[in-house]
Amino acid sequence: MALPKYTETHYRIWHYIYLTICAAVFFFLIAPLFVIFPLSFNAEEFLVFSDGMKRLDPDAFSLRWYQDMIYGTKNPWGLAAKNSFIIAIFATIGSVLLGTVAALGLSSRHMPYKGLIMAVLISPMIVPLIISGVAIFFFMAKAGLAATHTGIVLAHIVLGTPFVVITVTATLSGFDHSVTRAAASLGSNPVNTFMKITLPLILPGVISGGLFAFVTSFDEVVVVLFLAGLENTTIPIQMWTGLREQLSPTILAVATCLIVLSTLILVTAELLRRRSERLRGINQ
Amino acid sequence: MSSENKQILTTDGTPLEVSLKKAEKKNKIKAFLLVAPLLLFIIITYVFPIGDMLMRSVDDKMVTEMLPKTYKSMEIWDGEELPPEEVFEAFYFDFQKLIEEEREGKLSTQLNYTKNGFKSIIKKLRRKSKSFEEGNYKEQIMAVHKRWADVEYWRAIKRRAPAYTYQKYLKGMDMYENEKGEIVNVAEDRRVHRILWLRTLEIAFFVTVFCFLMAYPIAHLLATLPMKYSNLLMICVLLPFWTSLLVRTASWMILLQQQGIVNDFFVMIGLVSDDNRIEMMFNKTGSYVAMTQILLPFMVLPLYSVMKTISPSLMRAGKSLGGTPFIAFWKVYFPLTIPGIGAGCLLVFILAIGYYITPALVGGASGTLISNQIAFHMKSTLDWSFASAMGLMLLSGVLVIYWLYNKLVGIDNIKLG
Repeated sequence: MALPKYTETHYRIWHYIYLTICAAVFFFLIAPLFVIFPLSFNAEEFLVFSDGMKRLDPDAFSLRWYQDMIYGTKNPWGLAAKNSFIIAIFATIGSVLLGTVAALGLSSRHMPYKGLIMAVLISPMIVPLIISGVAIFFFMAKAGLAATHTGIVLAHIVLGTPFVVITVTATLSGFDHSVTRAAASLGSNPVNTFMKITLPLILPGVISGGLFAFVTSFDEVVVVLFLAGLENTTIPIQMWTGLREQLSPTILAVATCLIVLSTLILVTAELLRRRSERLRGINQ
Repeated sequence: MSSENKQILTTDGTPLEVSLKKAEKKNKIKAFLLVAPLLLFIIITYVFPIGDMLMRSVDDKMVTEMLPKTYKSMEIWDGEELPPEEVFEAFYFDFQKLIEEEREGKLSTQLNYTKNGFKSIIKKLRRKSKSFEEGNYKEQIMAVHKRWADVEYWRAIKRRAPAYTYQKYLKGMDMYENEKGEIVNVAEDRRVHRILWLRTLEIAFFVTVFCFLMAYPIAHLLATLPMKYSNLLMICVLLPFWTSLLVRTASWMILLQQQGIVNDFFVMIGLVSDDNRIEMMFNKTGSYVAMTQILLPFMVLPLYSVMKTISPSLMRAGKSLGGTPFIAFWKVYFPLTIPGIGAGCLLVFILAIGYYITPALVGGASGTLISNQIAFHMKSTLDWSFASAMGLMLLSGVLVIYWLYNKLVGIDNIKLG
């Protein structure tokens, strides 16, 4: 964004102020995440940069908190990670199946009461989590599913489907329906058409919706706090407990792993978004 | 030649109009059937449970079911003077049944909510009623304690007759129904909930304002920079967006603590002295700072997607027609971004108003919101009906904004990265 040569001085000054403000905001957004990295390698037990770390003394850094995370005797992270992945994977499968099929119906121009139904389907994303948590807890307690994996998976499907519905309907909005009609005219049945024609075209949207559903479930803590028993503990629950009681460096080691995971997911999501835009012919 | 006698027919002889309608209907059913599984799932596991919350919040059947005969006999009592003998008799038999089922303690707790002083006189009645003789229960009950001869206490029992109540909602607004049935405020020093509601609105409002002020310039920068730079900067917005909420809260806990980096920095530049470090965590400041950073991406993304569609030539046109860059911005660019501002502000406000995790961790006592109070009643006091009532009060507020959002932005226009 180079300024033209004829720009007057006070606009030039204003422009640099504007760039400084932007830089400060970007710093505010991203910097907090980077505090966690170095501190998770701290050799000491305190959550401040030790003098050794400031001097970049190699002895001040260690992997002990990562060891503690994996091999620690009383550490619940293994069980929590296992539960988190199992719950998130099943919740993602459920959300993607239900959400994609619903999005197909919602994108049809014949769909009756589209606005109202859409508003209901999206509502779990908008309603404060604490309210969803209370309501779902009452339901699961009645259904005898409190403190079970099934109950948590069902709850996370509720919370994850809005993301799938939104991303898939967005992908379908640029979808050329004449290709499915062409397939039908060539003798393909609807299921075959969907599998061979529609699905490959909307796949980026489906996957990115699935990623949202996965992250939603993987990060979700409020509803799980109501539903989970000791056996169903998840990574967010363990972090929540840890942060409330005592902020230990082990938590920072876990947090670092989570940041790496979210970076991977972000990169995947971005690549998919670009591929989807290319496929749908939206030029940048 | 009118249209009535010249109908267009399809090959099998049915009028085209009928045939089209049939096809249309079939399509409608097809589309609906696709949506049906999810809709059903959401209604059963989500919409009904919220309805269940509503029932719980107004449900007051407990006392009604414990004293069925009493309430039946009270129907004819006008509540002016002491109730007649039948009421006392009915109450005696109801009470004996409760003692058999060992539920009289529950009754005393419930009645004590309505009027203080029931606990001791019910205990006394339980003891004395063992030696009651048949007949003339009015005299015998009144002899147990002078409060049983006080009409106020009988009125209090009568007030619990309806199976439904809105008391919990009044409590959520720091009000209650007094003996005369008037709705009054609780004593000034006990008005905790109103403070919380106001604080929730205040924090949500200012977080929205801060997010807007910070998001506007960077969204503008992202929208106007060439693609290869903006894609890189976009990562700064999207990475926090995809990172676990707890991780981001944890990083603020590290930064804001008294020995933390922010305080270190303030000491270094001489803003505060070393032994006088600022408390930025476990108070409102903590909630403000952390929530603003966490919700910022939700403001940037809608603003960005709107700004992206504004052609740069519009600003140039504005300038060439004699406007200074500031005037061109204010009169041309800014009005075009209003849809994005609306979308972003409503989204951030709606998310902020129901925030729970971050305020619970960094908010301390002065930075917690209404959600924290709901969680407190769910987990600690176990007053689930009150938690439900407050949840629904919050929900009604959120639904109004949601409706507004749907009107202004359209729910299917939510942008996710």
